[in-house]
Amino acid sequence: MTNQTSILGRRRRGSDMVLCFLIYLCAAFSVALLVGILGYVFFRGIGSVNLSFLTTVTSALKGTTGILGNIINTLYIVVLTLLVATPIGVGAAIYLNEYAKPGRLVRAIEFTTETLSGIPSIIFGLFGMTFFGQTLGLGYSLLNGSLTLTLMVLPLITRNTQEALKTVPASYRSGALGIGATKWYMIRTILLPSAMPGIVTGIILAVGRIVGESAALLFTAGSDYKLPSSFGVGYLQKIFQSGGTLTIQLYLSMQKGQYDTAFGIAVVLLVIVLGINLLTKYLASKLDVNRKK
Amino acid sequence: MNSIVANRASKSTVERAAGLIFTVCGLVAILAVASITLYMILKGTPALTNVGIGELLFGTVWKPDAADPSYGILYVILTSIVGTTMAIILGVPIGLMTAVFLAEVAPPRLAGIVKPAVELLAGIPSVIYGLLGLMILNPLMYKLELLIFKNSSTHQFTGGSNLLSAVLVLAVMILPTVINISESALRAVPGHLRSASLALGASSIQTIFRVTIPAAKSGIISAIVLGVGRAIGEAMAITLVSGSSVNFPLPFNSVRFLTTAIVSEMSYASGTHRQVLFTIGLILFVFIMIINVSLTRILKRGEVSE
Repeated sequence: MTNQTSILGRRRRGSDMVLCFLIYLCAAFSVALLVGILGYVFFRGIGSVNLSFLTTVTSALKGTTGILGNIINTLYIVVLTLLVATPIGVGAAIYLNEYAKPGRLVRAIEFTTETLSGIPSIIFGLFGMTFFGQTLGLGYSLLNGSLTLTLMVLPLITRNTQEALKTVPASYRSGALGIGATKWYMIRTILLPSAMPGIVTGIILAVGRIVGESAALLFTAGSDYKLPSSFGVGYLQKIFQSGGTLTIQLYLSMQKGQYDTAFGIAVVLLVIVLGINLLTKYLASKLDVNRKK
Repeated sequence: MNSIVANRASKSTVERAAGLIFTVCGLVAILAVASITLYMILKGTPALTNVGIGELLFGTVWKPDAADPSYGILYVILTSIVGTTMAIILGVPIGLMTAVFLAEVAPPRLAGIVKPAVELLAGIPSVIYGLLGLMILNPLMYKLELLIFKNSSTHQFTGGSNLLSAVLVLAVMILPTVINISESALRAVPGHLRSASLALGASSIQTIFRVTIPAAKSGIISAIVLGVGRAIGEAMAITLVSGSSVNFPLPFNSVRFLTTAIVSEMSYASGTHRQVLFTIGLILFVFIMIINVSLTRILKRGEVSE
């Protein structure tokens, strides 16, 4: 057999080489994009980030530019949203996975959960503004923003919890039920602890979504950047007052042409996003360990 | 109550309460979608009768603040459709190729760099994309604009805030969605299809483009549909990048998308103007619902064919 007729000696096709090159090029483009974005933002913004930027509030009187108020507002929104969304999301996942029998209701819940995750944030913003803001009378407030975001992150928490519940072996359930545990006791002591890494992953992904969200908050939580008025009661009242998160402040600074502040906030946001990314990675590896046991 | 041993009455009450609470939690999603739909329709339809469906949807003059206001949003709708289509045409090939790289071609070590990069791209807040578009893309576009329209007397210069800038930002923003969904679709293709193709003498690249990608068709289509949803619903990233006047969607025109019209005008709009903005929201919502329903269809068909 000569080399020409052997499959081992065949020529590489020109089109193959071109396509292969394109594939590598596109992958390189995606990486270059990320490196470019991170590099540019850190290059432009790192100069604005210092202690006073992070610990003061922008004030013409004191001559300071700072984002402490926005950081606190972001924390408010994250905590309030999770307080409402986590129980509902986890509860819905438990219902879907443990209680519901396949049928029209389950299909409806799954379809609407899917729909919720596809609705653009600006629509959530409009809904929050009219329903929570006007109908329920919350106006522009951190509570309004949190309730709006609750609807938005609900699918994320439900789906992650559901995935985690699915990985819990059926033998755990039958074992617990077999030795006389009631269903709720079994869920509370066996299922939820085993599914915990998945639930936490969902929560952390939700935090990422909340921190990066802007369109849904613009017309619901407003744009105030000041600190809560007084210690104690002021912190409670703040829930019913307007407050802009970091992303909102970034958008407003950009609109006003204050690009140094904008890039400074961008650096802070990217650091948070990076942190959340690493955290989910770590938890995902934990989830794997859990499975092997 | 912490013990397995409890009396039967309290145990069964707790059991029933737990079951009920979980059911209610499950219903929240249905309730949310139902009330969002209801509110969008309630708020979005008054303008249709006040302004007139024909004048609103097919009018091309957008002058909500004039003494004799005109509320034609045809160009706004067209901009969203044209802009999304262009972003898909640009973004999907790059995304699909990257997905092929991750699922089929890449040595593990390289995939270990590209995959996390894509995940991070997905996590970057949309305002940051907007900031970068404004600071990097717009000046570049302005240079290009000066070059192309040097001798044009009719062109309105936009300073780089135009449809093309917005499309580029959108194309970048849909990449992670397209890459992730296509990658898992490609990975789900059974190995024996690849082996059969390779055994018949096809090269590995031929196998990818003639066998693996066609086999992953339904997953890739749903990746594209999700990309469309992401692009058409994106607001904050393109508000400042796309310019601020309503024009026919040509690449170098300053344009308004459905989303950016709402973001930039809602804060000061009142009366009929505000109602029209809600109608724009309703149109966007209808687009998204169409996308969602077709996505469910595609996924279901994919399941059946398997």
